[in-house]
Amino acid sequence: MPKPKPSSSVLTGPAASSLLQLTTTRFRLFLREPEAIFWIFVFPIILAIGLGLAFRNKPADVYQVGATTPHLAKSLNTDRVLSAKVIDEPTGIHQLATGDILVLAIASPSGVTYKYDDTNPDARTARLLADRAVQTAAGRREAVHADDNLVHETGARYIDFVVPGLLGMNLMSSAIWGLGFAIVEARQKKLLKRLVASPMPKWQYLASFVLSRLVMLVIEVTIFLGFARIAFGVPFRGPIWQLAFLCVLTSLAFCSLGLLVAARAKTMEAASGLMNLVMLPMWILSGVFFSATRFPAVIQPFVRALPLTAAIDSLRSNMLQGLTLSQMRLPVSVLLAWLIIPFFLALKIFRWR
Amino acid sequence: MATAATTASPATGALAANPALLLRGLRKAFVDVVAVDGLNLEVARGECFGLLGPNGAGKTTTIEICEGLTTADSGTVELLGLDWRRGEAELRQRIGIQLQETQFPDKLTVEETIRLFRSFFHRGIDVEEIIKSAELEEKRKSRVVGLSGGQKQRLAMACALVGNPELLFLDEPTTGLDPQARRHLWDLVDELKKAGRTIILTTHYMDEAERLCDRVGIMDHGKIIALGTPAELISSVGGEHIVEFALSGSPTFDPATLLVIPGIQSHRIDAGLHQLAVSELHTAVPLIFTKLAENGWHLSEFRTHSATLEDVFVSLTGRNLRDA
Repeated sequence: MPKPKPSSSVLTGPAASSLLQLTTTRFRLFLREPEAIFWIFVFPIILAIGLGLAFRNKPADVYQVGATTPHLAKSLNTDRVLSAKVIDEPTGIHQLATGDILVLAIASPSGVTYKYDDTNPDARTARLLADRAVQTAAGRREAVHADDNLVHETGARYIDFVVPGLLGMNLMSSAIWGLGFAIVEARQKKLLKRLVASPMPKWQYLASFVLSRLVMLVIEVTIFLGFARIAFGVPFRGPIWQLAFLCVLTSLAFCSLGLLVAARAKTMEAASGLMNLVMLPMWILSGVFFSATRFPAVIQPFVRALPLTAAIDSLRSNMLQGLTLSQMRLPVSVLLAWLIIPFFLALKIFRWR
Repeated sequence: MATAATTASPATGALAANPALLLRGLRKAFVDVVAVDGLNLEVARGECFGLLGPNGAGKTTTIEICEGLTTADSGTVELLGLDWRRGEAELRQRIGIQLQETQFPDKLTVEETIRLFRSFFHRGIDVEEIIKSAELEEKRKSRVVGLSGGQKQRLAMACALVGNPELLFLDEPTTGLDPQARRHLWDLVDELKKAGRTIILTTHYMDEAERLCDRVGIMDHGKIIALGTPAELISSVGGEHIVEFALSGSPTFDPATLLVIPGIQSHRIDAGLHQLAVSELHTAVPLIFTKLAENGWHLSEFRTHSATLEDVFVSLTGRNLRDA
């Protein structure tokens, strides 16, 4: 029987590993997509800069207060943290309403009346300071001697709080967008069908996404955390290898979720709707910008079960509190569950055509 | 005429031993339509076989069942003596596939795309070699997005060939291409035939099937309604020539008047145009003129052409391939 032996063809044996080729292809396609590079590498840094500027620590605040008599104003001004001016009562009430002053001290025959909003923490502080100044000026002596020993601790600032949050959010979006869009696009363009018509091992196609994601992760996390360290001095109190482990675990859990989201969608529109549906609750509930504990107790179990909450909790525990993995079993188990369950579900329902 | 060709007997005795492709009683129904309806087929090694038929005839479903991309409801599929259940891994290495409407990633270059596909095969053709034979040398560094339709199709062909396949499937390889790009691709297929590869292609262009295929199966409604070499099929119409004419006015025309002429095999009317299948054109035509004149019928149109596979399809189904 005739064997096809093209006269001119140069026949060769095994070529480069297909897994390597597939992974390289993923890189090429990613690097040739300028928008993707912006969202994954540049955007988190811009966000961190913005938040860093907005919430940078200022020198201790000076509280603006008002007093109805010069004598009262003089007493108040003995405290360096208070800045008092003399105003009449109607003007003072107006300035209280507009927020120009926090407390209005009104001299009365029986002594002094403080007018302020007790739901405003700053106003309450100013009220305490004002009263201390007035009492001291009137001759009150401390019953117990007290000295101040000031510390300015990194790790307690807003920027320290928000960096792990942004890191978690970035790990989520890059994994879900990265996998979801690429897979659904390949399906829509019938490239998936063409690939399964070739001898390509199917697992290698999925593995190439995970591999390229992990390499990208190293670059992305290093740039972002390096920037946070250098620009804001964000602390790394836990073991660094455990932080790396948490980043990998988080990324894999979201890859798995991205795979599930992309498992059946046939069009980019459907996929993008699904991805937003999956990510939106986490953007809101998972404590990127403020603590997730602020949500009512009834929904806390749900909030805790979200992969992004678990990711951010464990990143904060590592970076800010210096806890070790053994002290964060719950969030780590939640992440593991999100890694394993969606992955097998996705494999079961994955549509190659 | 249909009966002569419906049985799927091999064209040559030799291929019965170990055919490249063997289909027995293949059936596939979708929710609303039976796409493949009891199909039998054998394709010999080294043969270029064409499945010809209108859109929706079941060609793509058939070829995708052969390619292991769709499972048949019932029936046997054997390729190179293997079947998909037992021999998938080996078959994927030994066959090449070009699908309809595959879009390769826009931002990958020609060379990168071919290299990727080459990596899936244990053995195959050198990437440089395949770029040369697909005549894509000038485009090797170009991204897929910038290729013309013909170049994209040649890239798809290159990706189907990198594994040096014994059996090659081409699904509508020239659909949507301009005439020049089509001829270019035909030349490429000619080269593959010369190299002794078995090729199975689908097309709804009869000129393509006539030009490329050693044997053709005409498909309609999920069945092969005629099978043979293009020459065999054309002669099965009963004449190698087709005479088409129209009469002015609307006379009461009786085809029997013409069918007595020696060499005229059959008569049919398609959209007001009379079509005669004629085997002896040089003797029949003068007699046609005489008969028409004797009856006082006046011609408004008259032309002849060599019979094509299109005429075969028309005579079998009463429909044109184009608008079937």
